[in-house]
Amino acid sequence: MGGVESPDYASHDRAAHEPYVAVFTGDVKRELDELLTRYPTKMAALLPALWIVQRERGWVSDEGMAEVAGFLDLTPAYVKGVVTFYTMYHQHPVGKYFIQVCTTSPCGICGAEDVVKAFLRHTNAGELGITSPDGKFTVIEVECLGACGFATPVMVNEEFIESVTPDKVPELLARLA
Amino acid sequence: MGFPHHPHPRETTVLTRHFGEADARTLAGWKKRGGYKALEKALGMQPADIVNVVKESGLRGRGGAGFPTGMKWSFMKPGDGKPHYLCCNADESEPGTFKDRELMRWTPHALVEGCAIAAYAIGAETAYVYIRGEFTEPLHWMESAVKEAYAAGIIGKNAMGSGKRIDVHVHKGAGAYICGEETALMESLEGRRGNPRIKPPFPAVSGVFGMPTTINNVETLIAAAPILLNGAEWYKKMSLSSPKSTGTKLYSVCGNVQRPGTYEVVMGFPFKEFLYDLCGGPLHGRKFKAVIPGGASVPIQNMEEAEATLMDYEGFVAGGSMLGSGGVIVIDDAQPMVTVIARLARFFAHESCGQCTQCREGTAWTTKILERIRDGEGTVEDLDTLLDIGEQMTGKTICVLSDSCAVPVVSGIKKFRGEFEALIQGKRFHPVTAAVA
Repeated sequence: MGGVESPDYASHDRAAHEPYVAVFTGDVKRELDELLTRYPTKMAALLPALWIVQRERGWVSDEGMAEVAGFLDLTPAYVKGVVTFYTMYHQHPVGKYFIQVCTTSPCGICGAEDVVKAFLRHTNAGELGITSPDGKFTVIEVECLGACGFATPVMVNEEFIESVTPDKVPELLARLA
Repeated sequence: MGFPHHPHPRETTVLTRHFGEADARTLAGWKKRGGYKALEKALGMQPADIVNVVKESGLRGRGGAGFPTGMKWSFMKPGDGKPHYLCCNADESEPGTFKDRELMRWTPHALVEGCAIAAYAIGAETAYVYIRGEFTEPLHWMESAVKEAYAAGIIGKNAMGSGKRIDVHVHKGAGAYICGEETALMESLEGRRGNPRIKPPFPAVSGVFGMPTTINNVETLIAAAPILLNGAEWYKKMSLSSPKSTGTKLYSVCGNVQRPGTYEVVMGFPFKEFLYDLCGGPLHGRKFKAVIPGGASVPIQNMEEAEATLMDYEGFVAGGSMLGSGGVIVIDDAQPMVTVIARLARFFAHESCGQCTQCREGTAWTTKILERIRDGEGTVEDLDTLLDIGEQMTGKTICVLSDSCAVPVVSGIKKFRGEFEALIQGKRFHPVTAAVA
């Protein structure tokens, strides 16, 4: 992508070193088979298939990419090329709660930076992209979440939370923990 | 309606009238509100007649470019022996824009209906709704609406008993602003990196999977249903200014304003009254300083320009900007413009796909220079350098992301030069002190 440096999302999770268990078996394989009927090419099922891997495993490992490649007649290198283009596939294990705070200008002028600081402080993550010592929280800044009228929007895993202010952060985290 | 606020009496709610009504999201609730009557009518018409009604209505693309919708549909040649595709662009990612999000989370069946009508009109059996991955709630409601519509036989191999096959599939994106660019969306849908394609060939000739494709924005497709039901004349009459801009338009309003939210007004509505009356004006003790009226990619307006603007495609151009996506970002006198613009540039640098040198390098250097000016480390040459880079980034790349990054920078320097120069001269930005206690 562009030439502006991004934080290095280091891995602090043992899951990265655990043996790989195949994702596409049983019902999940049937889900993939149904997906393939929607498109004229197998390759078109790549993004949905990667979403399934992330849903089942929490992140997309090299082994996960290779498994998807096998089912879709692609090479693992090709799949990796696609995975690395998109921001939402985790290429490392992340905390139990992956917290994305929108800080693009519309939220920025409504105080999003203070929301980020509140999350970093109250989760003990300390730094953007680094998982908290208890393995629970990873906080990142994200580009426009498309809910600018509800500043500041925050995503916690799949949950979308509107109008977050710094004073609401402790309560929100207490609900998660 | 001014969602999440009550509708303002001066709004004209056609697409937004059922926002906030939870049961409008279900098939039963949607049918109770007259849902799928337009599709039923459409399936009894000749496709060419549908295209003509939409052409006659004057409907133009609501995603940003404003291309006449009926004309776009007419590029799809019937009987060419190839499968045709419809893509719905629901990858709404333009900073300041969240109208499609509200349309999908409150009226998902309206989009299923709009997709089915358009697919039938262009001779497509398959429609893909490409929704950005972060829109978990709209995704949920769209998937639920599609499932209900299949189960009721509204879409599928025999849509509403017409003998026509219309499939609608929801496709989840994975985090990339550039996939809102139409050809990047198609690349992404095919399972590739979202790199925009060189045009021509245009999508109507070779689109997704190399086949003739029409791609429309969510709001555009949803507008087709009431046009078919009420007629082109009804739609054309909703215009207060230019006859080239017809119907209603959704605006998503955000930033430093009393009542942010989604509003629907007739084309040509006065922008000043929109900002001060419908949206409630500035925050307590503050004054508006600038507006970005059509998402981050359009020129910044100062208040003199904004307050003289009539809200339609031609009106925003006359007011020194563009209608764009209708994402209105309001900036007040407490905000340093350089910070606002630098953050926008960082957005574009992050989202550049990196194919074209002018964009990959230009967005990154623009960001670095703006951030050093913001931090009080700018030099007197920096403004000329930025303007020069801006020129090199405009009209020279495969898609317009590069141009989009240059636009707020160049218009910002032109209209708020004093703020840049003050920072370069070592003065800190002092927000205008609140006048009211």
